[in-house]
Amino acid sequence: MAKAVGQILGYSDKISVAVGETIDFMVSCERATSYNAEIRRIINGDPNPKGPGYKETTVSTAANGTYKGRKQFSYAGSYGVVPHCKLLDQLNSFSFVTAIWPTTPMKGEQVIVAHWDEHNAKGFQLCIDESGGLSLVLGNGHKKDSIGTSTSLLEREWYLVGCSYDAKSRKAMVYQCPMKNYGSEVSAETSKTIRFKRHIAAGMPLTIAATIARTVKKRKTTTKHFNGKIDSPRLANCSLTQAEMHYFLHDRSPQQHRSTLVAAWDFSLDITDTKISDISANGLHGDVFNLPARAMTGCNWTGEILDWTIAPDQYGAIHFHDDDFYDCEWEVDFSLTIPRHMKSGCYAAYLSSDDGEDYIPFFVRSAKGQAKEKICYLAQTASYMAYANYQAAPNAQFMELLMGRLVEIHPWEEYLSGHPQFGASLYDVHSDGSGVCYSSRLRPMINMRPGVQHATSAGSGLWAYNADTHLTGWLEHEGLSFDVITDEDIHEDGLQALSDYNVVITGTHPEYTTKNMWNALYSFTQQGGRLMYMGGNGFYWHTAYHNSLPGVIEVRRGEDGTRNWRSQPGESYHSFDGDYSCLWRHHGKAPQSIAGTGFIAQGFDTCSYYRRTPESEDPRISWAFDGISTDELIGNFGLQGGGAAGLEVDIADRSLGTPPHALTVAKSEDLTDNYLLVNEEQVLATPIQIATANPLIRADLVFYETPNGGAVFSFSSIAWCGSLPSHNYNNNVARLTGNILRRFANDEPFALPTR
Amino acid sequence: MYTVNHNLKHVAEEFMANPIGHHSPELQRVLMVFRGEPLKGKYVLVCTKPFKEWQLATLTGMRDKPIKLVKGKVFNSIEDAEREVFRLRWKKHTGHELNL
Repeated sequence: MAKAVGQILGYSDKISVAVGETIDFMVSCERATSYNAEIRRIINGDPNPKGPGYKETTVSTAANGTYKGRKQFSYAGSYGVVPHCKLLDQLNSFSFVTAIWPTTPMKGEQVIVAHWDEHNAKGFQLCIDESGGLSLVLGNGHKKDSIGTSTSLLEREWYLVGCSYDAKSRKAMVYQCPMKNYGSEVSAETSKTIRFKRHIAAGMPLTIAATIARTVKKRKTTTKHFNGKIDSPRLANCSLTQAEMHYFLHDRSPQQHRSTLVAAWDFSLDITDTKISDISANGLHGDVFNLPARAMTGCNWTGEILDWTIAPDQYGAIHFHDDDFYDCEWEVDFSLTIPRHMKSGCYAAYLSSDDGEDYIPFFVRSAKGQAKEKICYLAQTASYMAYANYQAAPNAQFMELLMGRLVEIHPWEEYLSGHPQFGASLYDVHSDGSGVCYSSRLRPMINMRPGVQHATSAGSGLWAYNADTHLTGWLEHEGLSFDVITDEDIHEDGLQALSDYNVVITGTHPEYTTKNMWNALYSFTQQGGRLMYMGGNGFYWHTAYHNSLPGVIEVRRGEDGTRNWRSQPGESYHSFDGDYSCLWRHHGKAPQSIAGTGFIAQGFDTCSYYRRTPESEDPRISWAFDGISTDELIGNFGLQGGGAAGLEVDIADRSLGTPPHALTVAKSEDLTDNYLLVNEEQVLATPIQIATANPLIRADLVFYETPNGGAVFSFSSIAWCGSLPSHNYNNNVARLTGNILRRFANDEPFALPTR
Repeated sequence: MYTVNHNLKHVAEEFMANPIGHHSPELQRVLMVFRGEPLKGKYVLVCTKPFKEWQLATLTGMRDKPIKLVKGKVFNSIEDAEREVFRLRWKKHTGHELNL
């Protein structure tokens, strides 16, 4: 991609489509007034001059052509909206009370609640102001007046905050009171008579955690986003005193306040949804936008319950972030109905304008029950989404230590730094330092593009989507026809999505697995299917898709695991489905139990090779080494770090579920001390977590048969597929992979060994 | 805390011979100090021509504009860039020029 990043960008509504289905493409041009679109089949996304070279082919479709360019906008930052209603428009005197847990009180003005008309300076806003303390802003249609406590709030501490205004006396009050008693922190209250009679922002919705800035092309944009948690916001139709505010907030039965209560939003309801429900009699329900984090511990969380589904009343907080993101909501620019001649595979809409270019990758699958091939390539779209718009390279202090070499920054990373409106990855932290737990594909996933390099591997520097094109490029070179099925298809259709195939072959890093995906893939191997696990650190994080919102996943980084951030105490359960979100290992389903091997170490400086073990000569598997001598080093070459074993590597472990009859047919050697034992393998910290001191730090090639004629072969290294293209695909990594794939695609059943 | 001193020249020689890959425990110890520097001011490479050219840059620690290019420090090999950064860090930590 030689042209500047970001001049033209797009995304699609779907990531997996079958013949006859339609996929919509949304495109934004920074300046160009027209652009060309072309559907291309992506074969090898690696431009490394040491490999066979980048390869794609143009597919003739009705969608190919020239389109009008236009700029479309994207807005990050989450907030809640309660639609305009008569009750709000008649609220002369009022009080608002809530609990907040601010995370960036010194970041500047941040709105907690607003019923505000920015254009006409009418209404009210309760904010954190430049002092880091609470303030109430009122407007009379011409000008604003405000009062503030000028007492800065502490980060990550719960406060009761409230404001009131009496229309008759024009007296306004703001009040903040810490909920934890350190002795040093005290409450603050300020009141004064406002210079003018406040005007109501009639016709405006009430907003939580932001205020409406303006309307752009019928779409309301928000500003002054609040970072932090809000719990139990309540609105009254009179001016309350401090004492009444405490009673008002802490009384969990708001019906007691019928005479004054206008609304009481209970965020502990609808946790799996985007709704926010008012439990007063008035039904002022609303919605949250851009996916703020739900199932967050509230101000009343006792620490005794860690699962929100058991005590939802202790999870009445929503954590809003100024960089939360769900959906660009761009208008459709062109569509493609998949024609019959487009065989299943990896495709992209290639967009080019005078000043830029972009690819929007998608996959064409076979329609359900109409498998055309015996080989199914599993495109790990959940993992692509997890890594989408990954921003750690220029922002995380640990990166160079982790890489064991200088961190390499690429144009897409520079572009993303200046464009937070496209959201971050599940590896990043929000601007307030809390972890990003939701990732959507309804946005340009700027690093999920053919040709894109990452910092994470030396040499070709491919990761996730683009690294997997080393595999698809090899499949096409070998003439091994395959159908594609994506993570989303398996999540939605279960085993049905796989059952027609003889073999499922994964990509390099199928790390994010939902319950449906795990069950389908495991059942496939138990019912005669064959699995080739082509990567490392697979089947690792217990992941969820949203039940009703398309294209978004959730992961909480629970109490254990190798991760860039960790969940806050009590916040390790998905909001999407209530499941405990941690390593599959902690659900009793370690990667070894589905693939024979599981994550043991990672390192990113160089990669190494495998040496065969005597078990490789067992007749059960010796056929796989046809053409490879017993003393030959396997994969002591490769485009990713110079070897087939590396980046993230896995081993067999009987205690974690590797079947007892599994054969470890080769083991890697000679990994550098940049390879460190993963956290979950360490019950306490010892100095021997480096490769030259710990024999566990290696990659294992593992084979075993499964019931009903099935089998599993695991390569246990993210770098493995990076060696397939070496020497123009003529090498022992390609030979071993090919021998196994051809046998696994064959109908002849495998026989389970007997003791 | 461990500090790097100029008497460890043999360690520097080892690095210059092989900047990326297996390193002796003594060199690893030095690199923990060098590579563990805080984000602000940390050296990175900006890829200016894929697989061909890299320019030295420093990180600012600011998310919206994290990279500042270092003028004139352009390399055609990642290993040469590693060597140059090692020299710069050696000077910073030991106060001595590394003439290797």
